[in-house]
Amino acid sequence: MPSSLWSNPKVRFGLVVVAFFTLLAVLGPWLTASVLGLDPRANDISAIASPPSAEHWLGTTQFGQDVLAQLVAGARGSMFVGVLAALIGTALAIVFGVTAGYFGGTVDNVLNFVTNLFMVMPVLPLIFIVSGYLRGTGLWMIAVIIGVFGWAGGARTLRAQTLSVRNRDFVLGMRMLGESHPRLIAVEVLPHLVGWIASMFLGALIGGILAEAGLAFLGISDSGAISWGSMIQAAQSQSAVLRGLWWWFVPPGLCIALIGTAAAMINFGVDELANPKLRAGTRRVVRRTRRVERAVAAAEGGAA
Amino acid sequence: MTADTRADADRLVAAARAGQDEQAQADPVLDVRDLTVSYIGPDGGTVACRDVSFQLGRGEVLGIAGESGSGKSTLITALTRLQRPPATTTAGSIVFHPAGRPGIDLVPLGARALRKLRWTSMSIVLQSAMDALNPVMRLGDQFADVLRTHNRGMDRAAARTRTTELLGMVGISADRARSFPHEMSGGMRQRATIALALACSPQLVVMDEPTTAVDVVMQRQILAQVLRLRRELGFAVIIVTHDLSLLLEVADRIAIMYAGRIVEIGSARALYRSPAHPYTRGLRDSFPPLHAPLTTLHGIPGTPPDLRRLPSGCPFHPRCPVAVDACSTTPPPLVSLPEQAAECLLLTNEEAS
Amino acid sequence: MTSATNVEVAQPPPAAPGGTVVPTTRLRVPSRWSFMLRRLGFYLAAAWAAITLNFLIPRMMPGDPSVAIIQQLQRVSGQQLPPETLVSIQALFGNPDANLFEQYLAYLGRLARFDLGTSISRFPTPVADVVSSGLPWTLMLVGSTTVVAFVLGTSLGVLTGWKAGGRLDAILTPASTFISAVPYFWVALLALWVFGFQLDWFPSSGGYDPDAQGVAFWVSALRYGFLPAATIVFSAFGGWLLGMRNMTVTTVREDYVLLAQAKGLSPSRVVLRYAARNAMLPSFTGFALALGGVIGGALLTEIVFSYPGIGYLLYDALTKRDYPVMQGVFLLIALTVLVANLVADSVYVLVDPRVREQG
Ligand SMILES: Nc1ncnc2c1ncn2[C@@H]1O[C@H](COP(=O)(O)OP(=O)(O)OP(=O)(O)O)[C@@H](O)[C@H]1O
Ligand code: SF4
Ligand SMILES: [Mg+2]
Repeated sequence: MPSSLWSNPKVRFGLVVVAFFTLLAVLGPWLTASVLGLDPRANDISAIASPPSAEHWLGTTQFGQDVLAQLVAGARGSMFVGVLAALIGTALAIVFGVTAGYFGGTVDNVLNFVTNLFMVMPVLPLIFIVSGYLRGTGLWMIAVIIGVFGWAGGARTLRAQTLSVRNRDFVLGMRMLGESHPRLIAVEVLPHLVGWIASMFLGALIGGILAEAGLAFLGISDSGAISWGSMIQAAQSQSAVLRGLWWWFVPPGLCIALIGTAAAMINFGVDELANPKLRAGTRRVVRRTRRVERAVAAAEGGAA
Repeated sequence: MTADTRADADRLVAAARAGQDEQAQADPVLDVRDLTVSYIGPDGGTVACRDVSFQLGRGEVLGIAGESGSGKSTLITALTRLQRPPATTTAGSIVFHPAGRPGIDLVPLGARALRKLRWTSMSIVLQSAMDALNPVMRLGDQFADVLRTHNRGMDRAAARTRTTELLGMVGISADRARSFPHEMSGGMRQRATIALALACSPQLVVMDEPTTAVDVVMQRQILAQVLRLRRELGFAVIIVTHDLSLLLEVADRIAIMYAGRIVEIGSARALYRSPAHPYTRGLRDSFPPLHAPLTTLHGIPGTPPDLRRLPSGCPFHPRCPVAVDACSTTPPPLVSLPEQAAECLLLTNEEAS
Repeated sequence: MTSATNVEVAQPPPAAPGGTVVPTTRLRVPSRWSFMLRRLGFYLAAAWAAITLNFLIPRMMPGDPSVAIIQQLQRVSGQQLPPETLVSIQALFGNPDANLFEQYLAYLGRLARFDLGTSISRFPTPVADVVSSGLPWTLMLVGSTTVVAFVLGTSLGVLTGWKAGGRLDAILTPASTFISAVPYFWVALLALWVFGFQLDWFPSSGGYDPDAQGVAFWVSALRYGFLPAATIVFSAFGGWLLGMRNMTVTTVREDYVLLAQAKGLSPSRVVLRYAARNAMLPSFTGFALALGGVIGGALLTEIVFSYPGIGYLLYDALTKRDYPVMQGVFLLIALTVLVANLVADSVYVLVDPRVREQG
């Protein structure tokens, strides 16, 4: 399976981009500081709101801060929130979804009801308001809030998948043999859900990054922390749009979009691998077939 | 009840088959030559039908049997020009002869011209009636749209009348036209798709395993109905199934497919009494019960070959109980016998000796 | 007719051999109604949950929001608050002297009278008035853009899915993947920069021309609303397109679509009545998730354009710590979303004859 995952160009693109940003978040700030000698918080009075130049590759902000250095620091902030929120959200989704699907009956009814409640609740406004009360808390608190409210969609998927795994013969057989539930879940059920959990984690990661950006844009963030969202918010509050300082607000948005696209591509590619009908609709398959058809038609035209 | 039904059905089958065997070969409705179909993959094509040739007489019932993966469905979708990527027809011709008009090769035909022929000349019954009807349309509407597409002058009332008549032919009452597919039983849906196939009085009805989804009694009933309608309306039938024993009862002629080739074709009687190809013999002798799908054959050891790595010589030789040395090197030619034709080296040897 | 009767006599009754119980046409109507009743029950429970959540949030927060609110109100009003206002705030945001159950009853009593408290930033306007002044703008903006994005995304999704692997698919599908990942407010900023300032085609902030009257007012509302609406449509349609594209690709390979093609129906009929009709169905069950995303995005878009809807109100309330307005906005959004979902479910019942229970 891993090798066939890699053979799908969409998955390959997505994995490369996600890996790039992960590396950037981990190593980037150190690299910008030691190699380029840039500090994201330093103010260069000689270059206020200057467009991209040799000295500042992505230009500077209204406060003379280097946008590239901020972008790299922001990668760490945004990825941190995304990963933590995704960890929490995925854990909750597993608890709710797998438990509901595995035990069924009343447990399922109750958990599924709660899941459906969170599905129809407008989660983003809810997160906005709760974080509004807790303003001034660190990025980790924001990540916790995002994770705690954003697990329902994943839980629903996992519940459906668990149901189908549970009803397979070997699991039914093991249950008959009196194998304990936690052990069965850990050994027989979860391994079959790894693919789903991984793709859910990716979805939650990008969801977390987007939610954090939205919160930061609303002004709800750790004032000291730098994230892509807080960069856009700073640009907005300094009227960067009105003054045409595009190099300030375009790059962070592009980064969010790029990593979001990567996650979507991976999920898209995984869908294609899991669903042969979808695979038959890929451009490669169609073009290959059309090429042969044309060749046959040409050969016959030549013969006639 | 069950026994009665079965006897009824048997009588109908017998009646329908009487006098049909020697259907004129001189007046074919379909003439297929060297048809080759490939599934195009990253590393070239998988040939799932190779050099398939046969003729189908007007009003004749041709059965196609073979193990799973032998290319039966591939052949059917190619014949009806319903194939989609990655499937493509790489060689051959499918000449359709409308009554009293010159033949038309379907292979190079454009989408528009094909659309005119569809359903009025050639219709299809798909394997699973469960999935063949649009779940969000009432049954009557699924009849009306095809009726009115091919007969512009037909108004709604006329379409309704015709639908009632068609449903009546397969024993479905008129008020069922208002039902959605999920409100009908599997057998009823299957009969509805057969009625649908007859809507525009086609000259050829192609059926891909039309009865796998229903029980044995229903299977025979449905086939009896098809044969009776065939006798009344005179259309030809190509019917695909795993189940050779069923074909022996209903088909005039039978083609046996193995690894994408027709390895034997001939009258049902000949294939039953004296199969010429060892594979046909194996199929006949394994004689599975009527209702079980023929996935593993007791009479034939081994499994069907991988189409991408066909054995050299005769593709059947690794499993053939009577193979000789030459079989693994020489591809067997098609040998014509009085009542059948088959691809087996032993036949040439017998001829020679 | 006679021939049909004859056949029926000659044949055994259709449904008998399989022994299958065939539901009759008459049974269908009640099953639809029971589905709708169950959904209605669920949404009532969800509404109760939203109301209760709204009750719990301020009480679970660190510190004491009700004390903070009362202090702030006294500061902005510069006087002692009337006792009625005090009672209202304590009922809504927490009362240290009452147990939780008493507080809950008092809270529900307030809501029953449409009392959501008093706004701090717009003292002494009641929150209910503040919030309902913004609601029509947001409803219009989100409602119209959701419909347009759905129609646009779904129809383009059908086209790309039908011709999967074709040129349109090769362009639109990756583009939509990218677009659906872009934050709404960032698209809004770009749109504002390009069309509001660089090209100066549209007004850059507000929801209407304050000087306009009558018809002119409505025209100005359209002109002011265009850019925010276009932004939301642009950001939202990609998601619908992708979902619909993949569903169409899958549906097109269903046997009933193959049969429709075999029937020689016109391509448009095959696409619309057979493929798209069925491919569309999951859109309705996924509606809740999609709508949640659009609402969150629309709130942020309103902020970029200073559009006078509840998103802007929420922003204003967040920056000014106007907790009563924040809570009022949440309650209103939650209840509106529930109604929208109920509508989506009703449409689903109409378009899918096999009403399935989704939980
Ligand atoms: N979409 C596809 N892509 C590649 N190869 C395919 C595809 N569909 C079928 N094949 C190959 O073509 C061969 C013939 O398949 P086909 O469906 O025609 O068999 P069949 O005789 O109808 O089998 P069954 O009795 O199971 O329906 C199979 O071996 C299969 O490997
Ligand atoms: S050619 Fe040889 S291997 Fe093939 S069927 Fe005949 S005897 Fe068997
Ligand atoms: Mg088949």
